[in-house]
Amino acid sequence: MDRRLALTACFIFGILMFAQYFSSHPLARSVNLAILEYWQIIFAFTLLVGVVSFFKNSVVAMKNKEERPYRMIGLIGLIGMPALALIWGIRADTPFMWMFENVQAPMQSTVFALLAFFVASASYRGFRARSLQAAILLGAAAIILLSRSQLGGVFSDVVTPVADWVRNYPSMSARRAILIGIGLGSLTTSLRVILGIERTWLGGKQ
Amino acid sequence: MPIGIPYRFWLSFVFVDCRRSKLSSYLLMSLILTLIPLTQLHWFDLERLPLFVISVIAIAIVLFTTYSRRSREKFKIRKIAGMDAVEDAIGRATEMARPVLFTPGWGGDIQRPTTIASMNFLSHIARKTGSYDCELLYPTHDPVIMTVAQEVIKEAYARAGYVDRYRDSNVTYVSSSQFGYAAAVDGMISRKKPASIFLLGTFEAESLILAETGNSIGAIQIAGTDSTIQLSFFIVACDYTLIGEELFAASGYLSQDPSILASVRAQDILKLLIALFILVAVVAATLGQVTDIATGDWWVF
Repeated sequence: MDRRLALTACFIFGILMFAQYFSSHPLARSVNLAILEYWQIIFAFTLLVGVVSFFKNSVVAMKNKEERPYRMIGLIGLIGMPALALIWGIRADTPFMWMFENVQAPMQSTVFALLAFFVASASYRGFRARSLQAAILLGAAAIILLSRSQLGGVFSDVVTPVADWVRNYPSMSARRAILIGIGLGSLTTSLRVILGIERTWLGGKQ
Repeated sequence: MPIGIPYRFWLSFVFVDCRRSKLSSYLLMSLILTLIPLTQLHWFDLERLPLFVISVIAIAIVLFTTYSRRSREKFKIRKIAGMDAVEDAIGRATEMARPVLFTPGWGGDIQRPTTIASMNFLSHIARKTGSYDCELLYPTHDPVIMTVAQEVIKEAYARAGYVDRYRDSNVTYVSSSQFGYAAAVDGMISRKKPASIFLLGTFEAESLILAETGNSIGAIQIAGTDSTIQLSFFIVACDYTLIGEELFAASGYLSQDPSILASVRAQDILKLLIALFILVAVVAATLGQVTDIATGDWWVF
């Protein structure tokens, strides 16, 4: 019964959201806004579920002596940051903002910076001319890299137009072909969900 | 009708010859009388009419192929290496007594069709890991996805007949922050050393961070995403990559459900129609450029 209710709600809201997209009437817009607001409310409650789950898992893992230092740091962050925000607020020059600017933001930047090294290691493996296709990929990558680097200024008359051609024609056409496939895949998946053919998101067919 | 919104009412006089066909005339008159106020009240946004027509055609094709018996009987999907490798990847993890890690990426929420498609994949993988008694880790950035994934995995374990092997603690919410999520999943990969990693969903900048970490521990990696930029990273760093619509076809491919397979056929028909449209538009545009024939710009909308 609960599954039938979920499928009915999914069908009604799926059709409603599809229909409101093609209407510019104030009522249709207000329906859209109301549904989006309700989504935010639902998300806020599920965030609580997520936080409780994280807390519970961390405590259980610490009791079992699994990954204790990491779990401890995670829990300190989870409890500490909201505590600082509740006591001193979140305006500038508060302990919360100090922690955000001097601890959280640099840590996020550090993880992002790892990307540069990973791009280098992945490129080293990917750009090996082991076949004709790999050689073409290597050649195209070399042209693009050259045109976007400082060195490219020296050969800008030759390299830049070729690089632009590679980006605007072969690369763009392949990208658009993939995007068409993704769009069609999204359409059929959405329809399967709205019509109740696809029920894996509910745990499976019953 | 809501209060406080200005409404305009139009009174129209329509003169119809009712002598020949009374019923059709009344129908025509009612249609005109209904359409005029609806258009004036903006119930239908006429600027979106071409998109509406295309959507209706696409939906009609999907519905026809899904519910047509003939279409369901004769359709067979081509082999997709990434999906065939799922069995080997889980088998390898079981033999090595190491876990399988599945993560849907940071870019999507449960509303995205890519996330729903990844759930279909997850269900299949969970059934296998449940049968083989192999640990399945599922870290995510979204508590809604976590809740749905818990339900999907639990159900899959139950269908495999091993509901007792399901652990709630293996399906975890880690962080909503992009690099917080990337760091948490990276740490999990480095410490738990999963033998197989599935990166299926909507990924952004974290894609290569996760894929390269997985590569560094020697895990078999199967990836798939709807982001064309991240696809290039996955192709380089992962063993198998599901490109574009392959991820959406996974549900039908893995379950072999005739109605889902038939809807995949609709994708092919629509793709063919789009290719024909592009071809005709290119010919018309070229003719318009090289000759004096006025072909217009009907393909732009």
